Amino acid sequence: MPVDIDIAKVARLARLALTEEELRQYGAQLVDILEHAERVSALPTEGVPPTSHPLPMTNAFRPDEVRPSLDREEVLEQAPEREGEYFRVPRILGEA
Amino acid sequence: MSDLADLNVGEAATGLRAGDFSSVELTDAVIKRAGITESHLHAYLTFDQDAARDAARVADDARAGGEDRGPLHGIPIALKDNMTTRGTETTAGSKILAGYVPPYDAAVVERLQSRHAVILGKTNLDEYAMGSSTENSAYGPTRNPWDTERIPGGSSGGSAAAVAVGSAMAALGSDTGGSIRQPAAMCGIVGVKPTYGLVSRYGLIAFASSLDQIGPFARTVADAASLLEVIAEFDIRDATSYRGERPAFSQALEEGVAGMRVGVVTELSGDGIDAEVAAACRAMYDSLANAGAEVSEVSLPASEYALSAYYLIAPAEASANLARFDGVRYGLRVGGATTEEMMARTRAEGFGPEVTRRILLGTYALSAGYYDAFYGQAQKVRTLVRRDFAAAYEKVDVLVSPTSPTTAFPIGERTADPLSMYYADVCTIASNLAGDPSGSVPIGLDNQGLPIGFQIMAPALHEANLFRAAAEVERLATFSHRPALATSEVRPA
Repeated sequence: MPVDIDIAKVARLARLALTEEELRQYGAQLVDILEHAERVSALPTEGVPPTSHPLPMTNAFRPDEVRPSLDREEVLEQAPEREGEYFRVPRILGEA
Repeated sequence: MSDLADLNVGEAATGLRAGDFSSVELTDAVIKRAGITESHLHAYLTFDQDAARDAARVADDARAGGEDRGPLHGIPIALKDNMTTRGTETTAGSKILAGYVPPYDAAVVERLQSRHAVILGKTNLDEYAMGSSTENSAYGPTRNPWDTERIPGGSSGGSAAAVAVGSAMAALGSDTGGSIRQPAAMCGIVGVKPTYGLVSRYGLIAFASSLDQIGPFARTVADAASLLEVIAEFDIRDATSYRGERPAFSQALEEGVAGMRVGVVTELSGDGIDAEVAAACRAMYDSLANAGAEVSEVSLPASEYALSAYYLIAPAEASANLARFDGVRYGLRVGGATTEEMMARTRAEGFGPEVTRRILLGTYALSAGYYDAFYGQAQKVRTLVRRDFAAAYEKVDVLVSPTSPTTAFPIGERTADPLSMYYADVCTIASNLAGDPSGSVPIGLDNQGLPIGFQIMAPALHEANLFRAAAEVERLATFSHRPALATSEVRPA
């Protein structure tokens, strides 16, 4: 199966504002890598279950106890922009 | 050997206990060594002399008060800069985290501090641990101590280089596809990736969550075992933390390999392995047999597909993990008219080329219409790899191979060709996919004076077997070489 990538769409999904030149370059490299990865697609795997995690663990529970969380002031000090006790961001909804 | 910086952890611990020297003296020797080697190597991103001396003083005072917190008490240790340190900048080698000061310590940092280990600083790495050469750091490459025109391996290249020259006595790294073992091999030291889940990853900046594991770098197998024993502890804050008992790792170091069944991995013995590396490993297989091991060849047929599967699984998981770096809560922000524009500009500006490439690759492999063909299929191949290992371990106790197909390559040689860089992980990746422990021990130098690493793999939670075989390999190899940079005649560049 020929590798077909809409690289601009992938970059949009990944929230990466890349230039046309970068899109062209990364697009070409991805095609190379994915053509190599196609070897994997060619392997017969009918009836083989996927492995998502190497240990035979299912759910990891912890006691539902109140514990101290991170110091709010120390956390907010790292914010690029804050307003009082909040992280400040540009407006969420565009006009378009 | 008059310089304290040349002692290994075991020797230093003995000296500290005997009162031959203090942790402050030991730490000062290592700081002095770093003062000479850093301008040649750039192993560290942050080196905090004052904090290290303070910690050494605390360790000395505790000992004076009759305390002994074990083999790391007073020992100067370095951390890969993808482990959070409260109050100390943590960058993961990325521009997007420049200036980030975490509000919490990683679990491994707490473990080391609770044992009065002395933390020296944060070592250089490929950005977000993505790479095999430490050239992908936003802060410039680390150089190989054996030849500064060459790469130290990666992604934990800074930790490996520091331990090799004595600007740290031991170090922690993280290994997702070989990032501890491959730089250990290229720098001529010991590196171990433990069983998945053995060491808490709380505070490890995530790359690929089904693969990442923290482990030790040291100059001896015994030192690596000591360090792993300290950090391998269940932690409720890491949902993947293994809940069972941790067997002692270091008790079998002296047992030798008589009667041990050692399997040589067929697929990692010939094609694609440098002739000198292959020859050195073959000589070690013979030595192990002479030492009483039952050496046989074992095939892992699916391992041929492991590399391709890895380079789908790891980027897919990375693309999800790195979504959190968006300019909102910490790190870089590049302005935009809307939040989405701000995020997209911040990420484009903050991530380097390899990280960008992997995020794109992972996003594609997970996107609608391609998921089954790429990510889903790679997870099935992962099952085949695990089945191969399970079948092999019916017949043998450990598997062996070269750690890296080549010795250290020149800086810049592979940066333009991602696939050739990925190939550097061909021997190490299968253990990560399987979740099994695996380590590298130096066994010799090639004709250019570059170290060759020997890989030993064991079934999950069988670290004791891994260390038992590794200790024998260490004895048989009698690798006592040190890079010229580790001698006191070298001056700062």
